[in-house]
Amino acid sequence: MKLLDLLGYYNYWVFAVVLMVGLYAVISKNNLIKKLIGLSIFQSAVFLLYITMDKVEGGTAPIIQAGVENQIFSNPLPQVLILTAIVVGVSTLALGLAIVVRIREAYGTIEEHEILGAD
Amino acid sequence: MIYVFALFLLTLLVITAVAIVRTTNLFVAVMLTSIFSLLMAANFFILDAADVALTEAAVGAGVTTVIFLSALALAGDVEQPRLGSRLLPLGTVGVLAVLIIYATFDKPRLGDPDAPVHQHVAPWYLEKTPEYMDIPNVVTAVLSSFRGYDTLGEVFVVFAACIGVLFILGVRPPGPAAELPAEPSGLRHHLIPQVVGRLLVPFIVLFGLYVQFHGEYGPGGGFQAGAIIATGVILYALLEGEAEALRAVPRSVLLGLVVGGALLFGAVGVVCMLMGGAFLDYSVLAADPVFGQQMGIIVIEAGVGMAVCGALLSIFHAFAAREGRP
Repeated sequence: MKLLDLLGYYNYWVFAVVLMVGLYAVISKNNLIKKLIGLSIFQSAVFLLYITMDKVEGGTAPIIQAGVENQIFSNPLPQVLILTAIVVGVSTLALGLAIVVRIREAYGTIEEHEILGAD
Repeated sequence: MIYVFALFLLTLLVITAVAIVRTTNLFVAVMLTSIFSLLMAANFFILDAADVALTEAAVGAGVTTVIFLSALALAGDVEQPRLGSRLLPLGTVGVLAVLIIYATFDKPRLGDPDAPVHQHVAPWYLEKTPEYMDIPNVVTAVLSSFRGYDTLGEVFVVFAACIGVLFILGVRPPGPAAELPAEPSGLRHHLIPQVVGRLLVPFIVLFGLYVQFHGEYGPGGGFQAGAIIATGVILYALLEGEAEALRAVPRSVLLGLVVGGALLFGAVGVVCMLMGGAFLDYSVLAADPVFGQQMGIIVIEAGVGMAVCGALLSIFHAFAAREGRP
């Protein structure tokens, strides 16, 4: 019980730290692929926040078993939202990478300051 | 005990994230991203989200890594060290982190059954799923029926992103056309990956089909199945070369899967309207509303699986085909 309290906040702290690590990569790195990696870390942190909120104490995955009474289930709604968001995330990431590949072909580099210098 | 393990996993997650950002070798960063996803999937599983864990493991650790690697092959994998001062971004990020951590003390603690998020519509979903759909997996019921509009939207986003990638990478690059390599690429000359991989491919595809059709009873469904089957075909492409994979599953089939899957989903909604119900209200599909719901869910899950599998494979081939050119 006490440990679960601690873990509850620990989950949110990990969310905050991972979110900021991703944001740091996006704002401070020059390499475009590194920025996209940072963006996907940022996105994963948000997924962790949602899934942390779905947990119910003593609960189990929301799959109803026949013949078992009074089961406690974790919240299915955040799971649905994040499940689809993961697949959408990889598609949009691929779109970003495709644009990076075209930038590389046009400018010969994917470092942001060199691209700005070439313009 | 499981919570001690969760603490350990979450700490590893932070360490991995920092390592990803610190390394200047992008290949290492991508490999660490794959580990990051796997750790994230384990965390999701501990937090009771079996469906999400399955998706994250298949998409994050599998497909994302391959797409990143094919982009690295085209764009180079060395990151130049940063020139300017790190103080400003570090300061900004530090202040924001402290602010967010301060805000978390107002959050309900983990597992609190009285948290606002558990009071709204979720108990209704859990209560009504056996009555309306009579399928065990509530996640699938919410995904495909209660919130079918959302899912339709997501499928069309995947569809649009896939079309976008095909348009961006389909244009012929400037310069003379390259000679295609005469011998087939892939890992044909590596004996161990060849033998083990060839054994694995059919089982991966079979597992994908199981996840697709068992999604109403256990963790699974169209999104996971599409990603798993795509992983199986990508593994085949890595082993035998891209041309061989395109012979097995041609581009036209992939495009048909993407378009057909999205259209199938939309068409079910229109059929529901024609039969006198609301858009995506599957109850009217059969005389028995529960059976109608089940039929609708199975058909749209199939549409989702087709669209996701086709989109991921089309994206992979778009990147891989670019590699053969200058």
